[in-house]
Formats: sequence, C-alpha cells, structure tokens
Amino acid sequence: MTVESTAARKPRRSSKRTSAAKTPAKAPEGSAPELVQLLTPEGERVEHPDYSIDLTAEELRGLYRDMVLTRRFDAEATALQRQGELGLWASLLGQEAAQIGSGRALHDDDYVFPTYREHGVAWCRGVDPTNLLGMFRGVNHGGWDPNSNNFHLYTIVIGSQTLHATGYAMGVAKDGADSAVIAYFGDGASSQGDVAEAFTFSAVYNAPVVFFCQNNQWAISEPTERQTRVPLYQRAQGFGFPGVRVDGNDVLACLAVTRSALERARRGEGPTLVEAFTYRMGAHTTSDDPTKYRADEERAAWEAKDPILRLRAYLEKQGAADEAFFTALDEESEALGKRVREAVRAMPDPDRMAMFDHIYADGNPLVDEERAQFAAYQASFAEEGE
Amino acid sequence: MAVAKMSLAKALNESLRRALDTDPKVLIMGEDVGKLGGVFRITDGLQKDFGEERVIDTPLAESGIVGTAIGLALRGYRPVVEIQFDGFVFPAYDQIVTQLAKMHARALGKIKLPVVVRIPYGGGIGAVEHHSESPEALFAHVAGLKVVSPSNASDAYWMMQQAVQSDDPVIFFEPKRRYWDKGEVDTEAIPGALHAASVARTGTDLTLAAYGPMVKVCLEAAAAAQEEGKSIEVVDLRSMSPIDFDTVQASVEKTGRLVVVHEAPVFYGSGAEIAARITERCFYHLEAPVLRVGGYHAPYPPARLEEEYLPGLDRVLDAVDRSLAY
Ligand SMILES: Cc1ncc(C[n+]2csc(CCOP(=O)(O)OP(=O)(O)O)c2C)c(N)n1
Repeated sequence: MTVESTAARKPRRSSKRTSAAKTPAKAPEGSAPELVQLLTPEGERVEHPDYSIDLTAEELRGLYRDMVLTRRFDAEATALQRQGELGLWASLLGQEAAQIGSGRALHDDDYVFPTYREHGVAWCRGVDPTNLLGMFRGVNHGGWDPNSNNFHLYTIVIGSQTLHATGYAMGVAKDGADSAVIAYFGDGASSQGDVAEAFTFSAVYNAPVVFFCQNNQWAISEPTERQTRVPLYQRAQGFGFPGVRVDGNDVLACLAVTRSALERARRGEGPTLVEAFTYRMGAHTTSDDPTKYRADEERAAWEAKDPILRLRAYLEKQGAADEAFFTALDEESEALGKRVREAVRAMPDPDRMAMFDHIYADGNPLVDEERAQFAAYQASFAEEGE
Repeated sequence: MAVAKMSLAKALNESLRRALDTDPKVLIMGEDVGKLGGVFRITDGLQKDFGEERVIDTPLAESGIVGTAIGLALRGYRPVVEIQFDGFVFPAYDQIVTQLAKMHARALGKIKLPVVVRIPYGGGIGAVEHHSESPEALFAHVAGLKVVSPSNASDAYWMMQQAVQSDDPVIFFEPKRRYWDKGEVDTEAIPGALHAASVARTGTDLTLAAYGPMVKVCLEAAAAAQEEGKSIEVVDLRSMSPIDFDTVQASVEKTGRLVVVHEAPVFYGSGAEIAARITERCFYHLEAPVLRVGGYHAPYPPARLEEEYLPGLDRVLDAVDRSLAY
C-alpha cells in the first residue's frame, strides 16, 4: 500500500488535540437553552411571557383525542408490521405532542412537507391514516393526492423536502397569498446540505416557511451530539431568522410556538426554526435494534415526560374531561385500530401493469414499448396455462 | 486453516477488519457504522476493536462524508466510506463525480485518491423507496472511477482488500440481497486482478454475462437450461468499470451468443455498453444479436411488484430461448 507520501510528513498532532472522530462533549455550560413550556411533566399549567395560550375544555379534549388516536394508530401499524402485513414501520411513539401541537396550529390553506414519520400531522390534515400504510406495505410510493389535504408525500431521502417547502413558500409569497408552509425534519437531517441550503434560501427570499425540527435525540444510532455542537435552534441565528426551542412533549407549547411562527410567516416576516425537544420512545424503524446503542434508563427517564399522560393529568385536574370522555375515547381507539387492521389486510397488491403508469405526464414511446413487451411476456404464461 | 465458510456480509466484515489491521491509514466512515455496526452490520465490532479514531460515525450528510473522505485521502489516509443505501448516494454524487473522479488527473497524477465508497445496492429485499436501486451505470459512465461488485463471499473478501489498496477511487457496490449467502473464503489465496472477470460456469451454447446479485440468478438459469440439454456459460464480470472484455470476448467466440443480465434498467444501462463492444469485437462469431435482460424504464416499483420488475429465472431463460432461436 502506498502511504509513503504522508509517512514522510511529520505528524504534528499533539496528544492534547481533540480528535474529530471522538464524540464531542455536550454543548458548553451556560448555553443551556430556554425551553418553552406551558405544561409541566406533572400536568401543571405554567406561563411563558412570549407564548400564551388559552384553550377551551373542548379544545383541550380535542388535542388529547388527537394524541391518543394517533398513538393507537401507530401501535396498530407496529403490530401489523410484526404480523408481516407491513414491510416496515417508522413509529412516532413519544412524538405525539410535537406533531399534534404543530399540526393543529395549521390553517387549511397552509402546506405541509413531512418526512416519513409525520403520522400525527397527517391526522391533523385529515389524511385517512390507512393511506399512510400503502408505502410501508409496499403497494405504492405514496398513496395520496398531496393537494387534497395540502399534505405532501412522505420523503425518505433525508432533508430533501426542506428545499421543496422553501420553494413552495417562495411561490406563496410571489402569489401574495397569506398562507404559510411548514417543513418537518429530524435532528439528523439538520446535518444535510439541503437543510442548510433551505435555510439560506428561505432567509434570503424571506419565504413564509416554518422549519419544524423534531429533535428526538437520535438519528438511528447517532445521538444529536454527532450532528451538532450548538443547540439546534441556535442555528437559525446564523442564517438570519429566529429559532426557538420548545418542549416537544408539551402539546400546548408546541401549538403556541408553531402558531406564532406561522403567523410571523403569514405577516411576511419570513422563516422561523422551531426545535421541538422530544424523544423517540421506540426503535428508529421496525428494522432497527436500539439495544445496540442506547441505554434502557434513557427511555425510562423520558417516559416520565410522556405527552399524553401529561395532558391527561391536566384535564383531570381542571375537571375538563370526565370518565365518560375517556371511556368513549377508548372505544374510539379500538374502533380505529380495527378499521386500520382490516383496511391493511384488505389492501390489494397493485396491478403489475401499474409499474408503467404515471412515469411521464406526456407519455413516452419507450415506456409504451416496454409496457407492451411486458404484457406480451405475461400473457405467454397464461397461454401455457401456468 | 485459511479456508472458512461465511456469508458475504461476514466476508466484507473480515476483509475490512484485515484492512484496518494491516494499514493504520485505513479509516471506516459513515452513518451508524460505529456502535450499531451499520444497518447491515457490515462494520459490526470494528469500532469496538479499532476505536472511534479509526471507525468513525459521521453526521448524517453524504456530501460531507465523501467530501471529507477526499480531504483525508489528500492527507494520506485511506477512507472506506459507507453510503447506507443506494438511493442515498445522490447527495454525495456531486463530490464523487465532480471531485473524487477528476482530482488525480487535474493534479497531473501528483495526488492519489484512495477512497472506497461502499454502497449496498439492488432489490429483492422488500424495502421501501430508495432502498433497492442499481445506479452503477451512473458511476461507470464517469472517467476516473473504478466500479466493482462482488457476487460471492470470496470475491467480497478479496475485492474489498484490493479496493482498499487501490490508489484510485473505487465505487464498491455490495449486492445487498446476497449479504446472507454463504460461500468459502480462502484468506490466503492469491486473488485475480480487481478488474478481471471470471467464468463462473463453463458451457458451449450461449454466454450469460452478469455481476453482483444477478450472477446467482444466471447460474440457476444455466442449471435449469442444462436439464433441457442447453450448455450455458456464465461470466461474472465483477467489475463494471473497467470491463474485462477479453474474457467476455473469449467466451462469446466459443458460444456465439451473449445475453447480458442486470437489475438496473436496460435503457442506457451497462448491458448496452457490453452489447456494443462485443458486437464490434465478435461480429463474425455472433449467431444472434446480443440480448439484454434488466429493469424497465420505470422507477423501481413498490416492494409488492419487485418480483415482476427484477429479472428472474424465467426472464433469463426466455432471453436464452430467444437468442437460441436465431
Ligand atoms: C440522504 C439519506 N441518507 C441516509 C438515510 C437513511 N436514514 C433514514 S432515517 C435516518 C436517520 C434520520 O434521523 P433524523 O433526521 O434525526 O430523523 P428521525 O428518523 O430521528 O425522525 C437515516 C440515516 C436516508 N433516508 N436518506
């Protein structure tokens, strides 16, 4: 092997120098971020000078219902994967408050660019949850019309959608419309060049976009410290727009902060980065094995911050929900689980000719030729009686 | 004993271990390659044994991974980087194509870029979008890169050694659906050249040329054809850039027929290059036009359709019949 060229060079590395390869220490002391919180893990209501919120009992129950049903849907999908009905599932367990809080802050004419885990946001947009399962079952690559709910297709390539959201928002601004755009992504995604470019474009063009980063502490096996040395929300400052860190397990705070960021965008004041500080309770996906890289105690500590239990405690303390509400919701959850289960099992495999559909809006002779060849080849089996 | 039976994945792991052991300048870099050992566990245990200085979990940024690997290589290191899945190489495509491939030439040969980019590729594992693609032609089209793909455990072991030792950048495509296939590996063997094709099965009636995941399908097709009295030769190309045309030519001069098989779409695929060159070289030996079997001009389909999209035994045998019918 030829490494003489460097062997000749004197390594000047002192043993004191911190290596790039080591996991860096936590962010320096004193930079501990402000975390916007309106509901403590114990379910106590607290005030924040910049983000006030006043919800009716009915609205509070609505948020609770959204979170419970989303969690039920997610659990059902996980079970269906275990039963072999889905090839893969990316669970949102633990991230319900971040998704429902931000999702309920949206107006109908706002537009959402999700990753692949935004099942709660999809729920808020009115996307039928069974539609989300097609791509995980392997029968399609999307399964819904993005324009019918202003909810774009799931994006698997990390970070890509932040640029689409920015461009869409630039279009909104050009049109003089007063809607806003929201892009979801993870803490891992914040390392992608696309995300940095989205920050640059949105700032330069003052695009009405909210970057909603769910920092669930992990990007598969890599902790957030492997992506950044400053708290993520502080990144925004360098691009010239505000960043705020919100307790991602506090649905009220997520709602208030996202609402405020969306309003800012609608007023023409440009982008905001919201970092929802939360936790991925389960595995990255059903293919992942978190025991290889993460201690059980960590999850246990976050369980005490569960977004659903927290709101339930508050509802009970406030007398905002009675036993009948919880019982009815349990029944509704079970019904949802059943509906999802049945829908998935009944989901047909796609027609094989569908492979050649919608490749070009204008049609294409090469596709036509290959489609015809494929059809003839398939037909030859039928002729042989196979 | 130097010969052991192991899976293709294990062979890669053992090979990387040996590379790290042999040369302190070898580094492993990528997303989740450390504690997790990579999503396919190809780097399993390496960080534990060689430390975080040698086996480096990177930020989630493919352009960053390849771009910094270039810098490390300029400084004398030999980075072996992992791209988690085929469909995620494109954020790094710019660095690979505009920088990695061309720098040696731009520096009049004064600098070397010994970077290996490992990419698990191809379908057949029931995955979601962007996890089943075969983009090898996009890399083979670019001068300055070597593009290779082993089809079995022994080649995986030895080709990885050779890729790490190469002073040129190597795009190392790992056939992910063969990761769990076992084969014998002789860790003391003397391997053939990295770019050399090998004859995986001899025959006299027709040549099947393939690489990576499709070699197994072609061997099965040849075995099935044997039962019908047809003698099929299978050439494992191993390298898609450069291609060992001499071996293919010798085979085609013997059999008079060639069918090229790959998972990637046929249109503008590596089969087109092989068909054109072999037609030039063997025009008077050919009894039939060179045929190609591969994917369609369609996005890789959802998992429930991939069996229709991927060339299987039937489609290969169909092409064999068509060729023999001329
Ligand atoms: C460009 C790209 N590289 C790698 C992957 C593989 N991958 C899928 S999810 C993931 C981790 C994402 O972490 P994060 O952005 O924090 O989001 P989370 O899944 O935790 O919500 C990785 C590496 C990918 N999908 N796209």
